[in-house]
Amino acid sequence: MGQDNPESGGEFEREPVPDAALLGNGKFWGMYAGEHTAGTEFMIGPLFLAAGASLSDLILGLLLGNVLAVLTWRFLVVPIAMSKRLTLYYQLERIAGSTLVKLYNLVNGLLFCFLAGAMVTVSASAVGVPLNVTFDVPSNMLGLGNLSFTALVAIVGVVIAVVAAGGYERVARVANIAAPWMIAVFAACGIVSLGQIGAGDVTVITEGKFWSDAIAFVQERNGFGEFGFWKIVVFAWLCNGAMHFGMADLSIFRFARSASSGWAPAIGMFLGHYMAWIAAALLLAALIKLQPELAVGADGTVAANPGRLAFESLGWAGILCVVIAGWTTANPTIYRAGLAFQGILPKSSRTVMTLVAGAVATLAGAFPNLSAQLLGFVGTYGTILGPMGAVIFVDFFLMKRCGLRDEYAHRTGVQINIAVMLAWFLPVAVGLYLIFVQGVFAAYAVIPCWVACGLLYLIVSKFTQTAANTEPTT
Amino acid sequence: MNQITKITSLIALGLIVLPSLLFLAGVIGLGATKLLALIGTLAWFAATPLWMSR
Repeated sequence: MGQDNPESGGEFEREPVPDAALLGNGKFWGMYAGEHTAGTEFMIGPLFLAAGASLSDLILGLLLGNVLAVLTWRFLVVPIAMSKRLTLYYQLERIAGSTLVKLYNLVNGLLFCFLAGAMVTVSASAVGVPLNVTFDVPSNMLGLGNLSFTALVAIVGVVIAVVAAGGYERVARVANIAAPWMIAVFAACGIVSLGQIGAGDVTVITEGKFWSDAIAFVQERNGFGEFGFWKIVVFAWLCNGAMHFGMADLSIFRFARSASSGWAPAIGMFLGHYMAWIAAALLLAALIKLQPELAVGADGTVAANPGRLAFESLGWAGILCVVIAGWTTANPTIYRAGLAFQGILPKSSRTVMTLVAGAVATLAGAFPNLSAQLLGFVGTYGTILGPMGAVIFVDFFLMKRCGLRDEYAHRTGVQINIAVMLAWFLPVAVGLYLIFVQGVFAAYAVIPCWVACGLLYLIVSKFTQTAANTEPTT
Repeated sequence: MNQITKITSLIALGLIVLPSLLFLAGVIGLGATKLLALIGTLAWFAATPLWMSR
């Protein structure tokens, strides 16, 4: 996920990035390529097939969804990023107040921990393959996996947390080195899977029987599910909702010298959220065709075990890729969670907070349903954090036009901008109710919550902002 | 030296992707594909840190 590294000097965390520090297009293309070809892709790809998505819907739906995601980055995030040149956190603090930003940090940090936990599970699933430790997803949402797998998660989690606590630079260097290799391995996994299902004959692909048979196999064991075209589009568009609609990547694009850098997420979307997802889905399809017994857990349901899938396709190179992909996603995520927690307790040690984040992530990773529910989790993530981007959008484009003050907390010194608080809490509460009580697909809630938050922020600000006792500050 | 390590990295990536295409085409078997991918992986991590900038 795109966030800056405060550990290195001169990160301009509380000031606009100066012209001398701006970066050319190449830096962004490289970063996004590696950022979005990661451990999550090994998990999400097979989940599409398991959820009942047809092959044609997947190919076309992901195409449209990823195009929409790129356009959102380019035309929603980049203009504000290049105008303000501030981090998301500092910009939000100037609007919402430092206390509210601390709450945002807490929520952000916890969600980071859960995401990292899912990646610890992914890595552990790969480590478990040569050790014959199986990855079973219990039917109970809060159920643990088998004892051996839980112990493995604990070991992997501790290692990842300790490395993350050691500092950002080492983590980033390994991730940079591994990125091109991971892209190649994903591609190879997909191509080998096509070979395994007999797609040397093109009619195998065009008829798609192997895919529909795989869906039928899963649904006989897991129950009926559907994942239609528009669901795929919305998921692909909004799985990174926190980054574009939520404006988290302001922290990245504040360094952009040219607006054309805003097209850089395209490489991440089409290598990671297109090629890698489809390749990972093909892994499950191939396994079901060739060795269906390996796709079924001890409880008789089909669970996507990334380590097993990669091993059957590409052997030890595949296993290493899953381990490293999960690790290089979990590490920076735990690091960022540690920073978020430290933001709440400024006097605390970054190392300690990172270890706390690692502990939370490891605990979360011990519950296999977290990674098995990744499709829903990323939508929930976007629903909770995305609306704050609407606050930034409205503050930047509409507040002055509507006769209101922008950056209200900065101008008045308030610690909590009530308008922001209400605008964030209310739509998110409704969104979470729809997701968890009404069973609405989580990604569907992102945009409605974003729009509602933006409107509420504008409307409530009209009531809460007063001209008295406010002196313009620069 | 830098050129040699960069070329090694490129060959390493080739050892991962090209055999998979050969497998798809039915030219080589799965065992050979997996072995070449592993060799490519080891070569990548041996060579790339020597030239990829920090």
